[in-house]
Amino acid sequence: MFDGLDALLLARIQFGFTVSFHFIFPAFSIGLASYLMVLEGLWLKTGRDIYLDLFRYWVKIFAIAFAMGVVSGIVMSYQFGTNWSVFSTKAGPVIGPLMAYEVLTAFFLEAGFLGVMLFGMSKVGKGLHFSATCMVALGTFISAFWILSVNSWMQTPTGFEMSPDGRFLPGESWLAIIFNPSFPYRLIHTVIAAYLTTAFVVGAVGAWHLLRDRANLHARKMFSMAMWMAAIVAPIQIFAGDMHGLNTLEHQPAKVMAMEGHYESHPDGAPLILFGIPNSAEKRIDYAVEVPKASSLILKHDLNAPLAGLDTIPDDREPPVPVIFWSFRVMVGIGFAMLGLGLWSLVARMRKRLYNWSWLHRAAVLMGPSGFVAVIAGWITTEVGRQPYTVYGHMLTAQSASPLAAPAVAASLIAFVIVYFAVFGAGAWYILHLMHKPAGPHESEPEHVPVRTAGITPAPAIATGAE
Amino acid sequence: MGINVDLTVVWAFIIAFAVFMYVVMDGFDLGIGILFPSFKVGDERDQAMNSIAPVWDGNETWLVLGGGGLFAAFPLAYGVVLTATYPLIIAMLLGLVFRGVAFEFRWRDPRHRALWDIAFSLGSFIAAFAQGVTLGAILQGVQVENQAYAGGWLDWLTPFSLLTGAGVVIGYALLGAAWLIWKVEGSAEAHARRLALWAGAGTLVAMAAVSAATPFLQFEYWKRWFDMPGVLATAQVPLLTGIVAFLFFRKLRGGATAAPFLLALALFALGFAGLGISLFPYIVPDSITIWDAAAPERSQIFMLVGTAIIMPVILAYTGWAYWVFRGKVGTHGYH
Repeated sequence: MFDGLDALLLARIQFGFTVSFHFIFPAFSIGLASYLMVLEGLWLKTGRDIYLDLFRYWVKIFAIAFAMGVVSGIVMSYQFGTNWSVFSTKAGPVIGPLMAYEVLTAFFLEAGFLGVMLFGMSKVGKGLHFSATCMVALGTFISAFWILSVNSWMQTPTGFEMSPDGRFLPGESWLAIIFNPSFPYRLIHTVIAAYLTTAFVVGAVGAWHLLRDRANLHARKMFSMAMWMAAIVAPIQIFAGDMHGLNTLEHQPAKVMAMEGHYESHPDGAPLILFGIPNSAEKRIDYAVEVPKASSLILKHDLNAPLAGLDTIPDDREPPVPVIFWSFRVMVGIGFAMLGLGLWSLVARMRKRLYNWSWLHRAAVLMGPSGFVAVIAGWITTEVGRQPYTVYGHMLTAQSASPLAAPAVAASLIAFVIVYFAVFGAGAWYILHLMHKPAGPHESEPEHVPVRTAGITPAPAIATGAE
Repeated sequence: MGINVDLTVVWAFIIAFAVFMYVVMDGFDLGIGILFPSFKVGDERDQAMNSIAPVWDGNETWLVLGGGGLFAAFPLAYGVVLTATYPLIIAMLLGLVFRGVAFEFRWRDPRHRALWDIAFSLGSFIAAFAQGVTLGAILQGVQVENQAYAGGWLDWLTPFSLLTGAGVVIGYALLGAAWLIWKVEGSAEAHARRLALWAGAGTLVAMAAVSAATPFLQFEYWKRWFDMPGVLATAQVPLLTGIVAFLFFRKLRGGATAAPFLLALALFALGFAGLGISLFPYIVPDSITIWDAAAPERSQIFMLVGTAIIMPVILAYTGWAYWVFRGKVGTHGYH
């Protein structure tokens, strides 16, 4: 099955597979934790039960998604050592401490307060319980902060010195490492992506239930909240993405060339290639549909600005164009579709048709998983775009892998594929199952789980004022 | 250089502390998983599961700190050890995947609860066994050349590493049984008390067997333990172990609820101290010391500042979370 594949390629496939799977869960739980915080906060502020019902409804889904995020995340914290030990040894002095800070400031915070958030409302009271929810939400954000700092440093490394034996050593200031040039852009772009991903999931669930029962107040509330997010945040995200792109052009021009499909340099205005088939052998885009000079306008804000192409980069330092070209278009396409749905919802709101425009609801259901696709596509764009380096410009991927035999890496890869599809497939099924049920008044656990009557949601305990 | 050397030792103790916290805290979670099939379906199993549902995630985080801390403070050791024990680490991670999701999935899917109970139990067993074998693999040493692992991918597989694997499984079972005595009621508690007796005896046998085998490994473990005058200090470890073991069985039979768990913790602390005596200052025996593997001073200081501030906070809110869920779990979950 893996004949002809070397250990390096297998290790890359394994990391790509495990990280892509893992990233789905935080992309959802970062946004969902904040949504739960908002719902519980609104409940405490207004006293309206609908917010508590929605909190109880979504916290069940959160618990499953979070558990899957945790177990797939632990795998990531060991992938560096198992498959990329040379990279770990050389870059560890710089990125290791950032990851240690992630554990100390984020993982413990999330894990420590999660138990109270899920099980403890009757034990600690409303105020403390809300604090626990806030701490979990804060933890998810802090986690994103550190891991994206690490990732950004690998993309745009600054603030380090090289030791004689080829190790990356921290320089005078850690701030130069943490706040490396691409970090602020990547952090904003990624966190907004997580919020949008969650908003579209929540919106799709609301729309699904509106299609079945337009009078469902809980479905109306979640659909309305989600569509406000889409209408307000999608344009912000497109702007943030543009800023991130300009930052990439400055620091990693080869990645932008691959995204744009610019094999050739354009001395007087580069075209914006909307679609086409990248042909790496001939170094051109076949069947290109392009807008003359538009790429220069977007990237340089000048129609006639010259833009260098991949012909200025040595062949063995180029990232693979077709993957990046496509993943970038998928991400951008979904971004504009999200904007479209957000605008549509504004029109519907103005016409008082938000809750009874079936085509809008169908579109929202269709767009439900779009955030995940966009997030993965964006991740592929930036990570594959970093190739052939692990630490951009300084350490080649080919020099980073562990000295492992191909069969060992192949066997573990197969094990990961089987286990992940089985386990996370089951988890996704349970989540869809929960989403399929409408949220309603006195939202609680299903009757046939008596032991957890006061378990995963605080619902019955509050309803009865237990203990 | 003076301060650098000190920081490296400080970091060795911090990592050791994180690993110890992981071993005892996730130890009882995994132990419950290992013993799970012996509890009756229904109330007994539900009580056992609920006794750790609010805390397992926090407990497991210590493993990430142990791994992440090793990566940050001793990057060379992180790379070498994880490569040398590659199949074990992968097996442990996959075991933890099954164990972790089972907490949620078994409640979500009553029709397949039996299946997720098996996943919980098997995942716990595999994770515990893999950790034990990894310990043995480190103790017996790994082949290092030019700052990288130079052996094959099954070098870790020896009778000694299988012995340590079995030892850790039994030891975790002891912690799990002792935790359940504290947290559950009725027939489940009585059952846990019987299991603790067997697991306690098994743990002592395993500790004795590993202690007896260790000096025969190729390194100078023998000298560390028996050379004068050090023997006066090291002899305290087996002595204290004997005392703690005696107290453990006495309290267990006397019907105490919290004491068996606390004494089991003490037993683990002594075993851990024994490992420390055997290994220090090596991370990989005879080839990589903590100073060889240490991150540069700037990395150590940067992390130490954060750890010194944040660690007490973590311990405080972790303690608070345990306090919130204190006492017997009851037959209806936490309420």
